[in-house]
Amino acid sequence: MGKLSVSDLKNLKEKVSKDMSLREGKSKILVTVHMGTCGIASGAREVMDALMKEMEEADRQDIRVMAAGCLGMCSSEPNVTVEIEGQPPIAYQFMDANKMRQVFKRHVLKGEVQTDFALAKM
Amino acid sequence: MKELSLHILDLAENGITAGASLIRIHVNEILSENTLTIQIQDNGNGIPLAMIENITDPFVTTRTTRRVGMGLSLFKAAAERCNGRFEITSEQGKGTLTNGSFQHDHIDRAPLGDMPSTLVSLMAGYPEIDIEYTHLYDGLNFTFDTREIRAELDGIPLNEPAVLQHLKKAIKQELDHIKGS
Repeated sequence: MGKLSVSDLKNLKEKVSKDMSLREGKSKILVTVHMGTCGIASGAREVMDALMKEMEEADRQDIRVMAAGCLGMCSSEPNVTVEIEGQPPIAYQFMDANKMRQVFKRHVLKGEVQTDFALAKM
Repeated sequence: MKELSLHILDLAENGITAGASLIRIHVNEILSENTLTIQIQDNGNGIPLAMIENITDPFVTTRTTRRVGMGLSLFKAAAERCNGRFEITSEQGKGTLTNGSFQHDHIDRAPLGDMPSTLVSLMAGYPEIDIEYTHLYDGLNFTFDTREIRAELDGIPLNEPAVLQHLKKAIKQELDHIKGS
């Protein structure tokens, strides 16, 4: 046993490299999952998992995902911030996988802010 | 934390916040000795000497968003309630090494949990950081190194969703394999 087999990656590489040139352009939407100790303890990893699955399905080249530390609002974790170019960033609170899917499908893809889950406009 | 893999995610995050470019994660399960050890090493800024002695005090933290830092305190408590030990050494400018050991079959030991998800979350959130992961299970070992994956990907970013889903499946398969399940 030993290393992860990387042979399969070659097939994947061909598939992905077609889309690559498109992604070079600046991303217009940034989704940040806050993963401090507080976020992680309350389920930020499941939120990130759900988000990456949505990202794969959506296959959009202008969306970028990143992780960051704690927002300072530990009691409302997991927090997710969605920033769409030209609009104020929206911070969401008490996120879970389901809410993440809804925020992604409605806010990230369609621009409809999900006020029920929102913590603040920043 | 419900899983030890969540502690690992948290401690890796500490290293990244400290400016590390490489995080080494080492998990060693020795069933014959009934131990599980977790080691996380980063090449970040290190912890100032004045701080290292009471770094596991929840009210000692470098953060500025709030005045408590729970990460290391929680990990230490998790190890110590399982007849384990916690150690941290750090050299300024070189990095930090955190070590926790656990009695493998201790009733209070949280399961290791979803390691593939922890690794993929790190890659998704911090694609510029390199991760070296070694998992030993009763002598069998699995290693995963993002530097090798990167070389293979030939310019495709590590956080490409299709790449991450693929890696997650592959890591899970390999870990199941060394655990014989």
